[in-house]
Amino acid sequence: MELDLPLIFTGLMGLAVLAYVILDGFDLGVGILLPLASREEQDMMVASIGPFWDANETWLVLGVGILLVAFPHAHGVILPALYLEVAAMLIALILRGVSFEFRVKASGWHQSMWNHLFFVGSLGTAVAQGAMLAGLITGFHEGGLFIAFEFLVGAGLAGGYALLGATWLAIKTEGDLHVRALRWSKAAVFVTGAGVAAISLATPFASAGVMEKWFSWPRMLWLSPLPSFTAAAFAGILFSVKRLQSGRSKKEWLPFVLSVWIFVFAFAGLAYSLFPWLVVDRMTIWQAAAARESLMFVFVGACVVLPLIVGYTVFSYSVFWGKARSLTYGE
Amino acid sequence: MSADPLILARAQFGLNIGFHILFPSITIALAWILVYLRVRIEFANVPWCKPAYRLWVKVFALSFALGVVSGITMSFQFGTNWPGFMSKAGNIAGPLLGYEVLTAFFLEATFLGVMLFGRDRVPAWLHTVSSLLVAIGTSASAFWILALNSWMQTPQGYEIIDGQLHATSWMAVIFNPSFPYRLAHMMIASGLTAAFLVAGISAFQLLRNPKFEPARRMLRLGIVVAAVLTPIQIFVGDQHGLNTLEHQPAKIAAIEGIWETEKGAPLMLFALPNKETRTNDFAVSVPKFASLILTHELDGEVKGLSEFGDMHPPVAQVFWTFRIMVGVGLLMLAASWLGGFLLWRKRQFPAWLLRGFAALTFSGWVAVLAGWLTTEIGRQPYIVYGLILTADTASKVPAPYIASTLVGYALVYGLLLVSYMVVLTQLARKEAEGKGREEPLPGAVGQQVL
Repeated sequence: MELDLPLIFTGLMGLAVLAYVILDGFDLGVGILLPLASREEQDMMVASIGPFWDANETWLVLGVGILLVAFPHAHGVILPALYLEVAAMLIALILRGVSFEFRVKASGWHQSMWNHLFFVGSLGTAVAQGAMLAGLITGFHEGGLFIAFEFLVGAGLAGGYALLGATWLAIKTEGDLHVRALRWSKAAVFVTGAGVAAISLATPFASAGVMEKWFSWPRMLWLSPLPSFTAAAFAGILFSVKRLQSGRSKKEWLPFVLSVWIFVFAFAGLAYSLFPWLVVDRMTIWQAAAARESLMFVFVGACVVLPLIVGYTVFSYSVFWGKARSLTYGE
Repeated sequence: MSADPLILARAQFGLNIGFHILFPSITIALAWILVYLRVRIEFANVPWCKPAYRLWVKVFALSFALGVVSGITMSFQFGTNWPGFMSKAGNIAGPLLGYEVLTAFFLEATFLGVMLFGRDRVPAWLHTVSSLLVAIGTSASAFWILALNSWMQTPQGYEIIDGQLHATSWMAVIFNPSFPYRLAHMMIASGLTAAFLVAGISAFQLLRNPKFEPARRMLRLGIVVAAVLTPIQIFVGDQHGLNTLEHQPAKIAAIEGIWETEKGAPLMLFALPNKETRTNDFAVSVPKFASLILTHELDGEVKGLSEFGDMHPPVAQVFWTFRIMVGVGLLMLAASWLGGFLLWRKRQFPAWLLRGFAALTFSGWVAVLAGWLTTEIGRQPYIVYGLILTADTASKVPAPYIASTLVGYALVYGLLLVSYMVVLTQLARKEAEGKGREEPLPGAVGQQVL
């Protein structure tokens, strides 16, 4: 039997993007929440993500890397079409990434400048990625209405990242900051919920194909668990945060896990809408795929290396398990 | 104003990759220096290594972060700026970049967290292994990206089907003719960049505090590494040049400013290559020396630019970037051997020499950039030498888009470069004045482990 390599690589790319959105999502979310905290709390917030952000961002490189490796034709269509959005995201990512270092190594007023840039970079990255997603699901429309849609998706994604960040902080912090993180979680639930609802309603109108996929009988029946589970996860977060606030529960990880599920469900819905298109209504995964010998060469390597990557990623998270402590280089 | 989108796209990509290359050329070698310090601390408990490590791990973390963010930008700019490259050569470029992500990026990024912040959370041996894995990751990254870069210079192991390149042998693709030379040249360049950075910052510290033992030791380390590597680099560079003469004779002709094929070609020390008259203005040359260097014979024949019609790189640019690189190299040789001589005779370093080393702190950057410009501009007008023209791969993105984002990148990179240098100086000064030990952050939970 011949392996359907384009399909396998689509799966891998999907997993890389999902891993990126969840992992970098929580650390970008912490950055988005930064201005809400005092200076001491900000240090603790950054300490909770400091050891991870770099590896988290690497999943984005893997995602775009697979697009480049496996679907070079789509890579050359999608990235030029999203030129400005990509450039905005990159500049925001640069500012956010270097702020980790500069905000503690600079001195005087420089320090607070880098703290501000940390926030600007985190928020800018989220909004730009939302705009890129908007371009992908509409097949790169243009015009004022589309730009409004880009910002809508951007706001929704920023809300989602803030939700991941707040629930992450609920796990990793103690005392005052923990209490406030729970409060932020509740607020972020509503922003994210509004965003997910707006995107779910707007997407079918942007593409007739998507409309057909969701709103025809009996598909609606098979698909109905997806929105229902998403709604249940939202309610679950509110409920579990409430129990944590009143001290009736000790399951600090529950809101974060439920937030991750929201991302998984939303991702599944988007994947269903788009598949098998890489460029909506223009290029399928099979049309965009690289030569078989190239895919095979990478596939063999990925089979060996990806389990190792997952293994040492788990190791790294276990090293920094538990409540965050101030970051020092030790001696 | 009508700017050429091709020139803008090249300027943008060049700016980004030029900014990016500064930081890996430090971290590739600095990672190994840190492994050395780590081992000395954990297994020999050498007192000066601790404060030295404390400073250099910070420099490493900062340089690494700058390399990461500009590297991510590059991975996107392949697509935004050169979509034609990906659709024509993606079958070969893609897997090489894919292997870089899979075998290098995750490894270095993940263990960097443990290396930087995990000292009090894992056993000493595991922390040392983490540092080692970061070093292996940065070197592995250089391996893959140089394999691709070399393949673009000296492609082999491919066939062309319907205008697209397909790999026929991955071994031939990876171990293409210029790869071993380029890899060795770049790895040693990184060693020299890090060595002069270490020596320069240490000299700066000694000027402020002559009794500061860690700086004395690190200056010594930097000088010894540089004194050993510089002659090796000159030899490897010569071999690399001979390899280029064999595979890319037009690049060599442009570097040497040789317009017509001749026997016993002179070595130009100074000249202003003139593309209108196709001659060199104000030339100062050593007779027959270019032939001697390139063919190792006084009367060896060197091909001139006229043999290649229009398909040769712009002459003046590579002529000068090459001379800047060689000039900096000779300066490095003089400085490191003078320093080495004083160390050998156990003499005091005079203040002017310390100032000299401080002035050479970023000399590696100048040489790396000049060398990189030589080899990349020297490949023009091709993106894949002899196969694909750069002009045929540019994207159709409107010029104002490229121009505005180019300005954005330039502003950000300018800010970062200035901040980097300021912070480096401040960190070094703090250490030299004995204020380097970290104070726990206000409101911090948990204990400080020293």
